Amino acid sequence: MGSTTMAPSRHPRPARGAPVIGLDGVSFSYGEAPVLERVDLEILAGEFVGLVGPNAGGKSTLLKLVLGLLEPQQGRIHVLGRAPHHAVRWIGYVPQFPTFPRDFPISVAQVVLMGRLGRGTGIGWHRASDRAATRTALAEVEALDLAERRIGTLSGGQLQRVLLARALVSEPHILILDEPTANIDQRRESDIFDLLARLNERLTILVVSHDIAFISGYVDRVACLNRTLMCHSTASVDADFIHQLYGPNIRQVAHGGEPLELRHEH
Amino acid sequence: MHDFLQALGQHSFLQTALMAGLLASLGCGIIGTFVVVKRIAFMAGGIAHSVLGGMGAALYFGLDPVLGALLAAVFAAVLIGLVRLYWNAQEDTLIGAIWAIGMSIGILFISKTPGYSTDLMSFLFGNILLVPHRELWFMAALDLVLVLILALFYRQLLAVTFDEEFARLRGVPVGAFYLLLLCLVAVTVVLLIQVVGLILVIALLTLPAAIAGHYVHSLGSMMVIATLLGGLFTSTGLALSFGPDLPAGPTMILLAGGAYVVSALISRVLQRRRAAYKALKSAS
Repeated sequence: MGSTTMAPSRHPRPARGAPVIGLDGVSFSYGEAPVLERVDLEILAGEFVGLVGPNAGGKSTLLKLVLGLLEPQQGRIHVLGRAPHHAVRWIGYVPQFPTFPRDFPISVAQVVLMGRLGRGTGIGWHRASDRAATRTALAEVEALDLAERRIGTLSGGQLQRVLLARALVSEPHILILDEPTANIDQRRESDIFDLLARLNERLTILVVSHDIAFISGYVDRVACLNRTLMCHSTASVDADFIHQLYGPNIRQVAHGGEPLELRHEH
Repeated sequence: MHDFLQALGQHSFLQTALMAGLLASLGCGIIGTFVVVKRIAFMAGGIAHSVLGGMGAALYFGLDPVLGALLAAVFAAVLIGLVRLYWNAQEDTLIGAIWAIGMSIGILFISKTPGYSTDLMSFLFGNILLVPHRELWFMAALDLVLVLILALFYRQLLAVTFDEEFARLRGVPVGAFYLLLLCLVAVTVVLLIQVVGLILVIALLTLPAAIAGHYVHSLGSMMVIATLLGGLFTSTGLALSFGPDLPAGPTMILLAGGAYVVSALISRVLQRRRAAYKALKSAS
């Protein structure tokens, strides 16, 4: 390719404050059991939104709907003004659990490079620009030194960074993360969220978490999901709010200087 | 070994056999790597056994048995793939059914085809010494197709093998590439059947790639090493079997199987050493 060729066609970056994700009366069920009922949610460009709620409250299902992996039985979803499966290439997604076998013979750099699929025709080998973008993405998550390691040799925190790099390398407009700190130790939790806060300067971020108190220090807005959207506010997290969301069997434990932690009482 | 080399210079059937082994090794190195990392050896077994049905029918109707084999293999691959993609629960049962039905159809047709009953053994166990010279061109063409498809779609095939959900999110048509991968397995199975026969096909498809997987950390180098190992096993097997007049296919497979066991033990020892070294390093 010559120096005069155009960059691959791109969806223009949405203006700050423009709606990028919209759910309008969305309902979904697996078979008989309803998972989501009449959910309305709008996320604007540049926002950092936390999606919280109890297990089996429908958080991961909502993400799968936004990613176009599932179709809602009722309601409408738009992402960047399109149907989700037409917008998915401008979304970077970090799953909760790696959806690949850990013993696969592949290096970290090759895994991240895979995030470049879906740009251009995709036929043939990687271009130099794909490899450059891989290095940039790995540097951004401070994992450049892991590039040649086999994927199965990484620790939980390292793997999380690499999966984040795989999501960033496609140069997305929206970043969606499902429990990004579930499999790593607590000391590293704030590292990941500091990184996300930096990325939020150019990306809209939707993050699912069970740790409502911890993420409230980072996000602009919390959306709480327990089959329906229970609240949708910038208000600070207090006991009433948690009771409303999780029910009365929850107790808030605060210990000196540490983030709030939620525990079920048995 | 010297006798073998001398005979190789004199007899064109040995040269054909050697070439057939090398051509099959390329296919089994490339596709065997996918079969091993994607863990679809059982599926490949089902496809392989459906081949007998196609071969039997082709013989009965007076067609080229390799053509029948190819059609049956691709049909079985697409059927298994569609069930896996759209009807998850029944996959292993269906593979078992295709396995048995394919063999039964083949045996029925062969028993009704005059003069071919003795050849059943060579379908089951293969006979590399009987590969006709024109089949070499056919095998070379199949290899070329494999290499071309790999060159064009390596990234997509890698993505579908590694992480189907992520591939789907990157806009890769996962269903189509999964079916393509299974069809490539089918083509390779047909390649290999001519060399080692139906029963041993899975061995040559999986063992070289599995040995390579003990040592390398990328799919590409796994393919190269598996191809080289496949070539080594087929050529050495042919040479070793020639003197004492042993069947070539089983000799090749025993070599590959032996190498696999030894390699598995060695890689285990290496792994323990590495772990011990790491523990020592982090302790100091």
